Amino acid sequence: VRNGSTEFVLDGDQGARPDVGRALSNGTGSTFSFADDGPARRVRRTWLDTFDWRLYRAGLALEQVAGSGRTELVLTGRDGERLAVAQGSVAQGGVAPSGAANGNRGRAGWPALLGALPPGPLRELLEPVVGVRALAPVARATSQVRQQRVLNADAKTVARLAIDQMSVTYPGRAKAAPRLAVAAVRGYQAQASRLGAELAAAPGIRLAGGSALDAALAAAGTEPAPRVAELQLKAGMPAAVAMAAILTGLLDAIEDNVRGAIRDIDTEFLHDLRVAVRRTRSALKLAGRALPGELASRYGREFKWLGDLTTPTRDLDVYLLGFETMTAGLVGATSEDVSPFLHYLERTRATAHRELARTLRSARFARLTSQWRTELASVRAVRKRPAVAELASQRIAVAQRRALRAGQNITAASPAAELHYLRKRCKELRYLLEMFGSLYDPDQRWQAVRELKALQDCLGAFQDAEVQREEIHTFADRMLAERSAPAATLLAMGEIAADLARRQRKARMEFDDRFAAFAGQASQARLTALTQAAVT
Amino acid sequence: VKILATYNIKGGVGKTATAVNLGFLAAREGYRVLLWDLDPQGAASFLFRIKPRVKGGGQALIHGKRPVDDAIKGTDFDNLDLLPADFTYRNLDLMLDEAKRPDRRLARLLAPLKREYDLVILDCPPSISLLSESVLHAADLLLVPLIPTTLSVRTLDQLTDFVAGFNGHQPQVLAFFSMIDRRKRLHTQIAQDLPAQRPDFAAAAIPALSVIEQMSVHRAPVTVFSPRSQASRQYASLWQEARERVKLGEPR
Repeated sequence: VRNGSTEFVLDGDQGARPDVGRALSNGTGSTFSFADDGPARRVRRTWLDTFDWRLYRAGLALEQVAGSGRTELVLTGRDGERLAVAQGSVAQGGVAPSGAANGNRGRAGWPALLGALPPGPLRELLEPVVGVRALAPVARATSQVRQQRVLNADAKTVARLAIDQMSVTYPGRAKAAPRLAVAAVRGYQAQASRLGAELAAAPGIRLAGGSALDAALAAAGTEPAPRVAELQLKAGMPAAVAMAAILTGLLDAIEDNVRGAIRDIDTEFLHDLRVAVRRTRSALKLAGRALPGELASRYGREFKWLGDLTTPTRDLDVYLLGFETMTAGLVGATSEDVSPFLHYLERTRATAHRELARTLRSARFARLTSQWRTELASVRAVRKRPAVAELASQRIAVAQRRALRAGQNITAASPAAELHYLRKRCKELRYLLEMFGSLYDPDQRWQAVRELKALQDCLGAFQDAEVQREEIHTFADRMLAERSAPAATLLAMGEIAADLARRQRKARMEFDDRFAAFAGQASQARLTALTQAAVT
Repeated sequence: VKILATYNIKGGVGKTATAVNLGFLAAREGYRVLLWDLDPQGAASFLFRIKPRVKGGGQALIHGKRPVDDAIKGTDFDNLDLLPADFTYRNLDLMLDEAKRPDRRLARLLAPLKREYDLVILDCPPSISLLSESVLHAADLLLVPLIPTTLSVRTLDQLTDFVAGFNGHQPQVLAFFSMIDRRKRLHTQIAQDLPAQRPDFAAAAIPALSVIEQMSVHRAPVTVFSPRSQASRQYASLWQEARERVKLGEPR
């Protein structure tokens, strides 16, 4: 038992009132005695995490504890030590962009974005981990907690015990084995450690292997952070079978994110859904010929339809997520000047999202995903050749050549469209490298894409600024037509456009060096060597 | 952090009883309190069932060989910690004499605890010595229990004069009557008149009651085992006065 508290689990049937003192005296004669410390408390506990378990993966646990008329949020680290506590919870309904709270009345506004949490150290600790994702309940339980004091031979309290009898209510209903938390009183670590050793040796008591959240999830029959096993391709696999497996994985990713995207829990659901759609389209376009019949062209059209419908909402999300940064550098305009623009973006985004939600609920979308899954499941290897490694190295070589050629054609006078064309070729190359990534050595793969990544970042900055600059002109036209924009707002938007142009120029100036590094012999050789190694 | 010290040259006037009861009351209000039992007899440590022992003794603490932090023990009460007595404290004077700036030594030892505690209470042994001088320099408020006699009022005046002679930081002095025997006319007379006349006297006065003596049987502050007794009420009112004098803000 060190600073903080150590947790134990009481096994077997403990009845309604587990008796630690008896459990101990059944073992060796203990010198400790136990005294109740106040009446038992009932607390309602809700553990929160992002959809992709960012907190859990970072070794953190966020718990909302409600009882005796107060609610607090508690953030604990890997060893169970308390990192921060905040009084209160999220504001009722002060939640995700739209609608999510409606089905959750009386549940204190989860899921919620970080901005809805009380400001303070807890929120600051969460920010870098949680980012733009929403926090939603991953488990709920009620606990009956009985406090006891542990006394030494002088009847001095040397440690405090909390006996926690937990009934899990979500994601399933179950009773968890009682847990015992031992916290040493300051200056009595040695005696508390002795108590800990006695407890660990007592029959029916063992050190807890995981946190209370782990125990709650285990009792409910699930586990935290279910990680989809990364697809492991074998070099000799028939290409058709490998492609079907890759595409099924991407379909899983699409379907995993549909509900969150419709309910608009946070912007990452739509983003992840779009990435999976784009990868599907690239896979069909670049390696679809490995699939039987007309599958690739038929579904290519459907996924283009889906991808296009997700674009307006995502573009506005990007605008809104970057709004603060974009307007932070304004010199002439004030925040009041830009607020009509912000409201316009929010309104437009809400409309776009309604349209998107309709699409994702449509019969056409349901048909697309279910039929696609059936088609992929029925893909059989008619021919053994090509093997996936051959297909991969051939397709990657083609993509590599295309990207090089596109880049070499770019001169100082080239229009933005040519850089955009190169960007798309680079994306294709990158997707292929990721799609077939499990064929290659991870270190080598990371080395091979280094220059490509840097080039893509530069092209991305250039193109995003280009799109946003064009869009801001369109927005201004529409706002003017709607008479929703005062002159000051339009002027502020002009300032934003100018700043975007500056950023775009900066990216354009970096381009030559970045491309030269990518097109250089060393970088190209690393790429070629990567795919060759898998074939031979 | 604010530092209170219970101080009197004489022994057996209720210093320790005051220190432990005020410590408990402050902790119960949510202040983080450290009580330092400086008396080698270790009465405060005994009352909290904590062994009067500090590893390395007073020597290690005074000379900074062992951080004060290491010696601190939690009491049975939330927010209330104790720095136990040690038999070597009887030589604290000699130890201080060897240290640099002995009269400022205690203040320096307490400096690192500023962040961890809102209130430090020093329970001093009865004496006039280098130690008491060091305590006087460190404290924000001296709580001086007095038995109501003319002589003890003279002692208070001497103390006030002594403190007034300090350069720089001077602690406030708050005297209060303790161990008032209601059967003695002189006691009741002085206890009634003086507080009204002098601003350095508290309105609260602690009567001589057997319930206070029972603290050593219960080994707990009277404010814990007999919270509604007259003694407890007087300690509560003394704590409020002391809190206002040192201008302690609301607990976190």
